[in-house]
Amino acid sequence: MSTMTSETQNPTHSGELLLDVQNLHVSFGQTQVLHGVDLQVQAGERVAIVGQSGSGKSTVIAAVLGLLAGSGRVTDGSIRLDTGSTDDAGNPRGEAAFEELTELPESGMRRIRGNRIGLVPQDPSTNLNPSMKVGAQVADALRAHGMRDKQAINNRVVELMTEAGIPEARRRAGQFPHEFSGGMRQRILIAIALAREPQLIIADEPTSALDVTVQRVILDHIQSLVDERGTSLLFITHDLGVAADRCDRVIVMLNGQIVEQGDPQQILTDPQHEYTRKLIDAAPTLSSAKALSQAGTVTESQEGQPTEDAILVVENLVKEYRLRGTGGGILRAVDDVSFSIPRGTTTAVVGESGSGKSTVAKIVLGLEKPTSGTTLIDGMDINQRAHRKILRRRMQPVFQDPYGSLDPTHSLERLIDEPLRIFGIGNKQQRRDRVAELLDHVALPLSAAQKRPGELSGGQRQRVAIARALALEPELIIADEAVSALDVLVQDQILELLVDLQNRLGLSYLFITHDLAVARELAHHALVMQKGKLVEHGTVDEVFLNPQQPYTQDLLEAIPGQSLAA
Amino acid sequence: MGRFLLTRLWQSAVTLILASIVIFVGIRALPGDPALAMAGEEASPEQLAQIRAELGLDQSLPVQYLNYMGQILTGDLGRSTRYGTEVSAMIADTLPVTLFLSVYAILIAVIIGIGLGVLAERRKGRWPEWMANFAALIGLSVPNFWLGILAILWLAVGLGIFPASGYVEFSSDPLRSIYHLTMPAFILGASIMAVIMRQTRASMLETMQTDYVRTARAKGLPPSRILLRYGLRNSLIVVVTIVGLQLGGLISGAVITEQIFGLPGFGRLTLDAVFTRDYPVIQAAVIIVTFGYVLINLVVDILYSVINPKIRVGASS
Repeated sequence: MSTMTSETQNPTHSGELLLDVQNLHVSFGQTQVLHGVDLQVQAGERVAIVGQSGSGKSTVIAAVLGLLAGSGRVTDGSIRLDTGSTDDAGNPRGEAAFEELTELPESGMRRIRGNRIGLVPQDPSTNLNPSMKVGAQVADALRAHGMRDKQAINNRVVELMTEAGIPEARRRAGQFPHEFSGGMRQRILIAIALAREPQLIIADEPTSALDVTVQRVILDHIQSLVDERGTSLLFITHDLGVAADRCDRVIVMLNGQIVEQGDPQQILTDPQHEYTRKLIDAAPTLSSAKALSQAGTVTESQEGQPTEDAILVVENLVKEYRLRGTGGGILRAVDDVSFSIPRGTTTAVVGESGSGKSTVAKIVLGLEKPTSGTTLIDGMDINQRAHRKILRRRMQPVFQDPYGSLDPTHSLERLIDEPLRIFGIGNKQQRRDRVAELLDHVALPLSAAQKRPGELSGGQRQRVAIARALALEPELIIADEAVSALDVLVQDQILELLVDLQNRLGLSYLFITHDLAVARELAHHALVMQKGKLVEHGTVDEVFLNPQQPYTQDLLEAIPGQSLAA
Repeated sequence: MGRFLLTRLWQSAVTLILASIVIFVGIRALPGDPALAMAGEEASPEQLAQIRAELGLDQSLPVQYLNYMGQILTGDLGRSTRYGTEVSAMIADTLPVTLFLSVYAILIAVIIGIGLGVLAERRKGRWPEWMANFAALIGLSVPNFWLGILAILWLAVGLGIFPASGYVEFSSDPLRSIYHLTMPAFILGASIMAVIMRQTRASMLETMQTDYVRTARAKGLPPSRILLRYGLRNSLIVVVTIVGLQLGGLISGAVITEQIFGLPGFGRLTLDAVFTRDYPVIQAAVIIVTFGYVLINLVVDILYSVINPKIRVGASS
């Protein structure tokens, strides 16, 4: 164990050392995943750890909290937390005293968790107990550290929820998690983390599951609460832009090691490590449409008018859902939407969750019937039985989650040639050749044909999903959040692949995304949807550089990484 | 919640009506003529017609069905052809024994099953889990008639801990009554206990890995509270569903268990009736079993909605 007692190593912040991690090694079973991580957080400082999935950033915080999953354990190094300035009840004590967390027993760690270190976890949809009222879940954080008086607990819960930005907190405390939106649930988790006014808040990608506009509000809120209290913040994110916007210091991790750390501006403008440079390059930004396919430049702005050359024409599309149990309430998920996609170009549909963009995708794919309106692909109506089978071959979907959309028991060859088998195209040898060709298209080795999805990374899986979609030589690809589940570097590669395929095969894309930066990078035209309505529509430049609608402006402003683009 | 209950009650009523039609038609479809059976082979056509008229058999099927339903609803289940006594009285004598036995069996199964399931999850990979798994394997794979015989042999005859058979009215001596029923209830509940144990274990393994349990730990909560309020509470959603499906088996299990332990219960009454072709009794038994089945499912559904708040709100909002 390292017993270094180095004082403040980071001169950018004047506060005193609060958390001191030295030479941290963590293994899961026989596999070492952290190889000597050193990191310090000063009192009142905001530190971001940036890295892709698998970089070990979440393992660092799990180790700090003593919550390593399964066979994970700290094999070397020290994690010291200053618990000296106050006693466990929060009263000032005067002298600093570091506790070695790696040597604390479980009961000792319980004293630290919640009380000294608060955790704002990643996904608000899975981090609240579904069978427990949210007020009780906040109350548990208080009760865990000795608060007993029922009335006092209730009052404090309401106070905490109100501070976290939940209106009507007293009433809502009696509701269950599923009665809250994602953003509101995250606020409850923030209330839980702040309940004991800990000295350190660890936020583990607290907004990656939320819409951009909600994301910004939540991050602003965490920041103001943390600033008010002078709490330190250790912020985990895969998004360099978010980190740079909001933190005093940025730490970049790769493969279980810290490769670079320093002032955010310095890291953005003068990255020392190759990986940091790659991250900065890969981050989709609004300032440049660098990857844009050249194929579509011949078509001018269409302004939604159907043209001879359109592959997809959607006219006055309406989709209504009857709401259950409310006495015949109706939800207009898609409200009079019209647009067209010129052949060989990409149209991005952007909007928050619930805006109806995925419903549009489903209707175009013929998976949902519209209440009214027409969807013409190559002049044929997808909602006519006779056309459907023909059209199924001309358009193919690529879905969001490459982990969920591929049957794990099938080999890649079987996954990719399934559409060919369904349509009875070619004999065995021809299909095999076609699979080889498709694997080559998506830059996967031929040797992968007999592998199963479980042996592939997320990016490779999405390549398989794309290969499968290309099998029938479709003209139109409908991609529903096709890159949102991927790390930024992988996302960049997939976007490049999509553009490359468009250039080579003349594909048209209907690209559904919540990420405006991705839309900017890939699309020729953009549609902005809000509450089922098409609020703005035009070329990417028109929509992004000169947004007319306040909603579009909001969305654009909410995009993190403004400092990255600057 | 009120709305959910109403919907569920309405569904149960429909199920019962449909079931009663099936039972009614099923009995009419059986080979043999009840009038002929009553009057004997040598009866004249006039006599047969008279008996048919007395039994209402000369009327159309829908009318017969309505009469039959009317009788059931007024509690008139007919008379036993073998003993000549009121079927309703025979059932009133035997049903409480079976109900007592079943409730006792469920209690044992739930308490021990959940306990062993939690223990197996908490001590996974160590001897308590192996013991619990072994117990579940026995409960599931050994038929309860054999388990019952073994229990009589070892616990009653060999060790003399429990009485081998017999029944004591609960009203006359509650403690002795419970004592007498302990071994039968244990045997009857064994397979359900095994299912509950396995489900609890599997479900707990999953639930204790969830993000919200991790978040609960990050609050600094003690393990007991995490286990009960975060782990077990959510595991029970699955357990209750599975147990609900298993409870139907109690009825058939009760028939055998009562036979082995010589309990004067409803199961034995039914079995005797089948052997002696006592149609009115069989008919009444089938109706009551159906009713019990529907009732169990209703209770399970209500329980399910109590445990899982999403269902409650989903049906009423």
